[in-house]
Parts: sequence; C-alpha cells; structure tokens
Amino acid sequence: MAELSLKDHVEKKTSVINLRRKTRWGETIIQSLLFFSGFFSIFVTFGIVYELGKEALLFFQMPDVHILDLFTSTRWQPHTGAFGIWPLFTATMMTTIIAMLIAIPLGLGVAIYLSEYAKPRVRNILKPILEVLAGIPTIVYGFFALTFMTPLLRDIFGKDVVQIYNTASAGLVMGLLILPLISSMTEDALSAVPRSLREAAYGMGATKLEVATQVVVPAALSGIAAAVIVGISRAIGETMIVAVAAGSGPNFTFNPFQGAETITGHIVRISGGDLSYDSVDYNSIFVLGLLLFFITLTLNIISQQIVRRFREVYE
Amino acid sequence: MKEKVVVEGFENNLGTRNRKGVLWYALFQASTIVGIIALVALMLNIINGAFGYVAYEAKVDPDTLSINGVAVQDQSKEQLVALLQSKLSSGAFNKLNSDKPFESRTREEVYQVVIDRIIRPQIVGVWNLWPSLTQATEIRATVVKDHPKAELDFVSWLTSGFVKRPQTSEPLTAGVRTALFGSLWTILFTILLAFPIGVGAAIYLEEYASDNWLNRIIQTNINNLAGVPSIIYGILGLAIFVRSLEPLTSGEIFGLVDPTTANGRTVLSGGLTLGLLVLPLIIINAQEAIRAVPRSLRNASFGVGATKWQTVWSHVLPNAIPGILTGTILAVSRAIGETAPLIVVGASTAISFDPSSPFSKFTTLPMQIYQWTSRPQDEFRSLAAAAILVLLMLLLSLNAIAVVLRNRFSRRF
Repeated sequence: MAELSLKDHVEKKTSVINLRRKTRWGETIIQSLLFFSGFFSIFVTFGIVYELGKEALLFFQMPDVHILDLFTSTRWQPHTGAFGIWPLFTATMMTTIIAMLIAIPLGLGVAIYLSEYAKPRVRNILKPILEVLAGIPTIVYGFFALTFMTPLLRDIFGKDVVQIYNTASAGLVMGLLILPLISSMTEDALSAVPRSLREAAYGMGATKLEVATQVVVPAALSGIAAAVIVGISRAIGETMIVAVAAGSGPNFTFNPFQGAETITGHIVRISGGDLSYDSVDYNSIFVLGLLLFFITLTLNIISQQIVRRFREVYE
Repeated sequence: MKEKVVVEGFENNLGTRNRKGVLWYALFQASTIVGIIALVALMLNIINGAFGYVAYEAKVDPDTLSINGVAVQDQSKEQLVALLQSKLSSGAFNKLNSDKPFESRTREEVYQVVIDRIIRPQIVGVWNLWPSLTQATEIRATVVKDHPKAELDFVSWLTSGFVKRPQTSEPLTAGVRTALFGSLWTILFTILLAFPIGVGAAIYLEEYASDNWLNRIIQTNINNLAGVPSIIYGILGLAIFVRSLEPLTSGEIFGLVDPTTANGRTVLSGGLTLGLLVLPLIIINAQEAIRAVPRSLRNASFGVGATKWQTVWSHVLPNAIPGILTGTILAVSRAIGETAPLIVVGASTAISFDPSSPFSKFTTLPMQIYQWTSRPQDEFRSLAAAAILVLLMLLLSLNAIAVVLRNRFSRRF
C-alpha cells in the first residue's frame, strides 16, 4: 500500500500512527470469549424452548393423546389416558388469585406507607425486614403454610370444612411471599415521582392522603401495574409452597378449602419418584413446563412493555 | 383591621377529608404491621417446631446393657463392638462390618450403631415448644398414663449432633450432614458455571457491546430469563444434563463410576442446573457493579495507551469486584434455598452417604426439608424445623458476608 501523506490522513480521518493494522490476538480472543458469555443466555433460552418443545411434541404424537382433550376434559391422569389440563389450571388460578388478594392490597399499603408516610429512620428499619421476608427460601414458606396456616384455617372454619391440604392456605402464604416483591417494586415507582408534584398538590390544600392517592399513585401507575403483573407471574410459577401445602392429586374444584394440585405442584410430585424416560408422565411434565414458560414469559414481557410505553418521564 | 377571607365551601368537608386521611394512614400502617407479624409468625413457628418434649420407648432398656456398672454411653469402642457382636445376628454384624469396617469407625459412630440397632428408641409422642412450656404437667400425665415405660425428655432438635450426623430414617438419630455436604457440593458447581460466564457476560454487555439489535436481544433475553420460574430450569436440567449429557454428568466417560448403576442424577447435574438458574441474576448484579465505575477511570487508562482489555482488567474490575462479589453471594444464597429444580433433577429419595465426587447421588438441605415436611408424622416436622434453622443460619451468614463486603470494600466516586 502506498504511503499516505499527512493531508490524506486528515481527509480520511485515519490516524497517523496506524494502530488499527496491528491485530492484537489476545484482545480478539478475550473479546470473543466475552461475547460467547453474553451469548450464552441466548443458548439457555433456545435450550428451554427446544428441549421443552421437542418432548412436548413427542407427547402429542403419542397414540392416546388428543390435543382437544387437553382443553375439553376435566381429568388429568396421564397414565390412564385422561389429559384434561383444567384441574391443574384451575388450581393454579386459585392459588394465584388468593395470593394476589393478599399481596396486592398489602403490598400497595406497605409501599405507600414506606414512601409517603414513614420517617427515614423508620423506613431504614422496615425495608431490610421486608427484604428478609423476600430472601427466605420458598420451602420454608411451604413449611409455614402446612404447620401454621392450615391449622389456623382449620381452627377458624372447622375441621370438616377445611382439608389438611388446601389451596387457601397455600395461596395465603404465597401472598406473604409476594408481598415484599410488589411492595419494593411499587415503592421504587412511587419514589421516582418527583417531589415538585407533591408540593404542588400540597400547595392546593390537598391532605396527605389526597396527595398520595390522587397525585403520586396515578403518576406511578405504570410501575405499579408492572409490579402486579410480575407478582402474578411469580405466583403462577411458585412451586414449593403448593407442593407442600396445596395437596397432591389433580382435583377439579373451585373450593379453596379442598386439596388440589397446581401445574408446578404436579411437576414436582411426578418427578419426585423415579421417572422413566419417554413415559407419558415424563413427556407430560414438558408440556406443562412449556405452558408455564409461555404464560410467565408473556406476563413478564407485558410488564416490561407497560413500563416502557406508559412511564411518565419527569425532568 | 384584617378581613377574614372566606372561600365558599372550602371548609365544609375538611373534617371528613382529615378523618379519611387518618383512617387510610392507619390502613397503610396496618399492612406494614401485617408484613412484620407474618415474618415474626414464620420465625416463631419454626422455633416452635424445633424444640419441645419427646416421649420415646427403648426396645431394649439401656440399663441392662451396662457392664460392671459402666453405663452404655460411657463404654469404650471395643466394648461397644463386642456388645454389637453379642446382640446382633452374625449376618447383620458382618454386613455392618463390610459397609465400613469397625476398625475404621470412630467411637461415636459405633455408639450410634448401638443406639440404632440395639437400643432402638421409638418415638411415641412429640410436642412443640409452646405446648411443652404451657402444658408440661398435662403432657407428663398423658405420657405416664398411655406409655408407662416411655421416657419424656425436653429436647432441642437442633444440636451439634444434628448437624454432624448423616441422614437416617430414624428421627431421633437423623442429621443433616449429608444434605449440608450435598448443598455445598452443588453450590460449588453452580459457582464454577455461573460466576465466570456471568461476569464475562456483564463485562461484554457493559464494556464491549455496541447498541445494536443483537446486543439488545441479549439484554432483553437476560431480563426475561431472570423471571422464568425455577422449576422450568429443573425440567431443562433434566432434559439436558441428566439425560442428553448423561455419559458426562454420570462420570461414565471418565471411567470413574460403575456404569451399571450410574445415572445422570448427580451433584454435577444439580449444580449446573442451579448455575443456569442464577446466571441471569449474577449478570444483572455484575452489570450494575460495573456500571458504577466512573467513566473517567476508563478514559484515564485509555489516555495512557492501555488496550480495552487492559483497562477492564486493571481498572474496571478491581473497582467493581466488591459489588460483583456481593451480587454473586446474593445469587448463590438464592441457589442454596432452591428446592424445586433439584427435585426434578435429583429425584433422590433417601441418601445417607456424603457425596464424595461430582458424580455422587445427592440430597440438599431444602430437599431434605421438603422430604421431612411432606411426611405426616410430627417428629419429622420437628426435624424439618431444625433443618430450616440450619438453612436460615447458613443464608444469614452468607448475607452477613455480603453486607461486610459491600461496606468495607465499596468505594464511592
């Protein structure tokens, strides 16, 4: 290559000392390793979709499985050829709804209290306590549901009404598990609302409650909605509480005091025994897993979209 | 003279508005208190289960086993072995000896065998801490009436022995050592997989990645993976590590294990599965730590002619490492508490031997807790409560380390 004059360099915006031409192999190797690490997570997602999809396809290719049964039958007993997903689905919905009935009002209450009312000193004590609640393993909550909440419910409503394993107890305790998640996400959203909005409302003579509920909460609504949706997604995927306390055996019921098995609880119970590969049971957990994956993924994406699209941005 | 300005209707509903404010304030405060009460109830419930009265009957009265007035718990190892030889059938004795020769067992282990095989205490009643404290006399009366031969002891299920003993099916002698070692082994492989890849990915995304569609997809994908339920990772681990990579994860291709009994449900599979689970958390935490290192540090390094990697290695990482480690510890404590994916991957029922290699069958603390909790007898609930205390203490110490790291080594710029 012909030597370039200084003028050419200036015109072409290249460096006089051409650093670019020297390929640093070490740097390149390191950079590709780092890229591989970053790309690894894509493999994981593909792995989930591919493996779950593959086994789920095998399930639907089995001679006694009809895809229609999945949504029309109300019995789920893969080894006897009953493949109605409804009992698992309703149980999941029930524990989720009960959990959210606890977690949404309490979580919002805690968040509003911490962000709008609590003095900094109080907040500095309370926030770590709630973080502790969020860091406790879910199996411990399962133990709590079975040995505390269930006896409590049975004492209140009577032993004939409430079964030993029931979705109400699992749902209530799951609500406690999700409370800190919703409250911390909501509190972040509330704290992001600028002070000037509050001051303006106070200037108009609003009470503290009116500022909180009519100014701050509406301004942070997108963040709150995102928190609630993430909470729902977490409740649907929650496993150990329902595996311990909600009961074993799919049961098509809407009575929260009866035992019923959720999607996750079913997967745990089925795989707890020694599963033989390519059996109906083995393939069925992949179908359930795939369903679970898409439900939670959809919810998480919706939550991210809400934050992105509807967030109020303040200067 | 000042005139009082009266705005028509302004003060009409002021009282109602204030009352409403006070009422809702009370409600907001109440929900916070409910959260704290829940935490307290959770803790008290565990403590309630981990201590209390136990009534048990020994199949063989220990007093009849004393030699020359030396009680069985004070006898030497040789005397205990002789005792076993005389009381057990020769077949049973030889089987014990071939499991692990008596010469290589410690006195405590032999004593444990004596209790398990000869004295054989059977639990006839278990009470939680609260009834044990409030109704001690009634409990005593019931035990005397129903089980005249039984002995009633106030026990703590959580003892140093509980932590040191292996898992057995006998509640009085069961321990969590097997599960504790299982947890530590699994976590080792979790860290080995997730830490390098996680930190690497974070460096890539923060330092190298330009804002193009591919990198945006990678970032979004990581955020989404963090929200995938843990049981899905279990199913993934079952399909990939346990089944597809079975020759590797069972140790077969290394020729280390007996190929007839080996399968992929090993420590290695469990650890790698948890590694995939915590990977997104580690990446997100590490990204935050790297982002906190100020731009000026990098620019100074580039200014003296350092390459990209030299800058990252000698300036960005040293400043970010406390944050990265804190995030990793928090992610690891999440992994230690995970149960569902390991049940799907591990599927082990009763394991009483400590894992000794990556290819061992395993159980972990949370799995052990699950197993004990799902058994109907009260004594197993008490064991579960004690194991929960061990687990919580482990997590608490990890979190304490994280806090110390954050406070001691973090720098503010």
